[in-house]
Amino acid sequence: MSFMQINDLKVHYPVRGGFFNTVIDQVLAVDGITMEFERGKAYGLVGESGCGKSTTGKALIGLEKITSGSIIYEGENVTNKRRNRKSSFNRDVQMIFQDAHSSLNPRKRVRDIIAEPIRNFLNLTPKEEERKISELLEIVGMPEDAKLKYPHEFSGGQKQRLGIARAIATNPKLIIADEPVSALDLSVQAQVLNFMKDIQNEFGLSYLFISHDLGVVKHMCDHISIMYKGRFVETGTKADIYTNPQHIYTKRLLSAIPEVSPVGRENRKRERIRVEQNYQAEHKNYFDENERVFDLLQVSNTHYVASTSQVKGVL
Amino acid sequence: MKGNELLKINNLHTGFRIKDTFYDAVDGVSLTVKKNEILAIVGESGCGKSTLATSVIGLYDQNKTRVQGEILFDNKNLAALSEEQMNDIRGFQISMIFQDPLSALNPLMRIGEQIEEGLVYHTTLKQTERESRVLELLQQVGIRNPERVAKQFPHQLSGGMRQRVIIAIAIACKPQIIIADEPTTALDVTIQAQILDLLIDLQAETEAGIILITHDLGVVAEVADRVAVMYAGEIIEEAAVEELFANPKHPYTRSLFNSIPQMNSQSDRLNVIEGIVPSLMNLPRSGCRFSSRIPWIPGEAHEENPTLHEISPGHFVRCTCWKEFHFKTDKGGGTHELYANK
Ligand SMILES: Nc1ncnc2c1ncn2[C@@H]1O[C@H](COP(=O)(O)OP(=O)(O)O)[C@@H](O)[C@H]1O
Ligand SMILES: Nc1ncnc2c1ncn2[C@@H]1O[C@H](COP(=O)(O)OP(=O)(O)O)[C@@H](O)[C@H]1O
Ligand SMILES: [Mg+2]
Ligand SMILES: [Mg+2]
Repeated sequence: MSFMQINDLKVHYPVRGGFFNTVIDQVLAVDGITMEFERGKAYGLVGESGCGKSTTGKALIGLEKITSGSIIYEGENVTNKRRNRKSSFNRDVQMIFQDAHSSLNPRKRVRDIIAEPIRNFLNLTPKEEERKISELLEIVGMPEDAKLKYPHEFSGGQKQRLGIARAIATNPKLIIADEPVSALDLSVQAQVLNFMKDIQNEFGLSYLFISHDLGVVKHMCDHISIMYKGRFVETGTKADIYTNPQHIYTKRLLSAIPEVSPVGRENRKRERIRVEQNYQAEHKNYFDENERVFDLLQVSNTHYVASTSQVKGVL
Repeated sequence: MKGNELLKINNLHTGFRIKDTFYDAVDGVSLTVKKNEILAIVGESGCGKSTLATSVIGLYDQNKTRVQGEILFDNKNLAALSEEQMNDIRGFQISMIFQDPLSALNPLMRIGEQIEEGLVYHTTLKQTERESRVLELLQQVGIRNPERVAKQFPHQLSGGMRQRVIIAIAIACKPQIIIADEPTTALDVTIQAQILDLLIDLQAETEAGIILITHDLGVVAEVADRVAVMYAGEIIEEAAVEELFANPKHPYTRSLFNSIPQMNSQSDRLNVIEGIVPSLMNLPRSGCRFSSRIPWIPGEAHEENPTLHEISPGHFVRCTCWKEFHFKTDKGGGTHELYANK
C-alpha cells in the first residue's frame, strides 16, 4: 500500500512582462503528474534539463507553491501546508540536493548543520543530540571530528554525505534526492550510491531519485517515470521502461545512452538514426499540436504510456 | 615523426606555481596523435586532462605556468613558441572545443560573425567567399536554417545548437588537430549523442586527428579509436579502444570500470575506490601513484620507478602491480544502531 499519493499535480510559474509588469504567460513547469509511493521502494524521475524534475521535488516537500492537484500523506491532505515543526509530513519527507556545497550553510559547523532538523522535529536533550550527531556521522562514514569543521573543509563526496546525514537525521520515510551524484566523480558516485542503497535496505526508506542519468536510475530504482515538458510520457517498472519502452521519447532517450563497450557501436549509431526517423514520423501520436504530452494510457498492470489511443498496444 | 603522425608529445611537464614552487599537474606525459583518429583521454576530475589540452594549444598564464618537454607539430616544438607564434596556429591548424559553449561564445556578436572571425584572421578569402563558407559550415554541423542562425546571437540558441556553432568555428579553417575538452558534458544525453555522431562524421570527412577529453567511459566507448587513461598527472594505461575495454589491466582502469552503474549489469553494489585523489600539492611524486588507493596489494607488487610497459602490441600499462591486483571484497553496510532503535 502506498503511504503518499500525488494527484494531478501542477506547478505553474507566472511570467511577468510588459509595461505594467503584469502576468503575460505561464511556465507550465509541472503540468499534471500523478504518482504514489510505497515503503521501501525507489522511484526514478528522469528527463532532460528544464523538464520539471526539480520543481516536482521541491513541490513535494513544500518548497514550491502548488498551483493545483493534491498531495495526500498517510490519508491527510498536505497540499500547500506551511512547513512546520509539528507536521509528521515535514519530518518524514526530506530532500538531498545536487549541489551539496550550496545547500550547506558555509558559516555553520557540521554539527549545527546536521542538528538543524533534529532541533526542529525531535525533542532531544543536548546530550542525546550530541550522540545522535555522532551516530549520523558514523552512518555516512565520516570521522567524529568532522563535527567541528566547516563545509569548505570537505571534498564534494564528503559534502554530499553530510547532506545525506542531515536528510536522514529525522528518520524520514521518503527522501527526495535531486541529482545527488551528478556533480561527483565516478568512484565517489559509487560510494554515495552504495551508501544510499544500504540505508534504504536497512531502514525501509523510499526514494524519489531525480536524475538525467539513465544508468544511475536503472541501478537505483524499482519504478521509473520519464518526464518531458512537465508531464510524464511513460511510467512503469524498471523492466517496462528498459526492456519494453513504448513512447518515442523514451526510445530516443534510451538509444542515446552511451554503452560502456565499443562492440557494436556502428550498429548503435544506425539504430539512433532509425529511432530519430521514427520519432519524427510518429510525433503526432504522442504530442498534440502544442507539443503537449497526451494523457497516460494503461498498457499493462504497471506500465503507462502517453499517446493517442490509436497507438497499438494500449489496453 | 612517422608519416601518419600529426602531433607528438614527449615527456611533457606542465606545472602551476603555488607560492614559490611549481607543481606539475601533467607529469611526464608522452602521446602521439595520428591523422584520422580519435584519441580519448579519460580520467577523473583533477587528473590533468585540461592542463594537457591547454598546454598543447598554448592557452595558459605564462607567469604562473611552466611547460617543459616537447610538443612536436608541423616541424615545430609548440612548447617553445611565443604567444604570437601560437596565435597563428591556434584556430587554424589546431583548434579547440570547450565544455561550456556559452562561455566560449561572445554574447554580443552574431553567430555568423563569430564563425567568420577565424577566416578573417587565418585565410585570404574575400568577404563574399567567407559568408558562403560560414553558411556551408553551419550546414555541415547539422544546422538546418543556416541563414537565420548566422544572424542570431548565442542566447537565442539552445545548448546543443551552441555546441554545433562551436564545432563550426573549430573546423572553419580545416585544422589538422581538434582538441575537444568534455564537449558534451554540459548537454542532455540525446544532444550528446547527436554531437558525438557529428564529431565522428566530421572526423571521417576531414581526416583530422581529434583529442577527445572526457571523464565518461561510455563516451570513450562510442567514439574513440585509442584511449589513454590518466591518473594523478600520468598516463597509466593506453591501448586501442577495443583492447582497453576487453582487457583493462591497470588497477585504476579496472576500478573505474567496476564503479560504473551499467545499463546491463545486475550487480547491486558498485566498486568504490578507497581514499581520495590527492590534491596537486600532495601528489605522490615517486613510486606507484595509485598504490595508496589499493593498500591491500603488497608493496613488492609495485615498481620502484613505474614506467609504461608494452604488454601486447600497442597496449601500455604503467607499473607492474596489475599482475598482482585483485579487488577487495566489499562487505556492504552493517546494521546501524540509530535506526534499529526506532
Ligand atoms: N522560479 C521559477 N520561475 C519561473 N520559471 C521557473 C522557476 N523555476 C524553474 N522554472 C522553469 O520551470 C521549468 C522546469 O525547471 P526545473 O524543474 O528546474 O527543471 P529540471 O530540474 O528538470 O531541470 C524550466 O523551464 C525552468 O526554466
Ligand atoms: N591555473 C591553475 N593553478 C593551479 N592549479 C591548477 C590550475 N589549473 C589546474 N590546476 C590543478 O591541476 C590539477 C589538474 O587540473 P585539470 O587539468 O583541470 O584536471 P582535469 O581537467 O583532469 O579535471 C588539479 O589538481 C587542479 O586543481
Ligand atoms: Mg533540476
Ligand atoms: Mg578538465
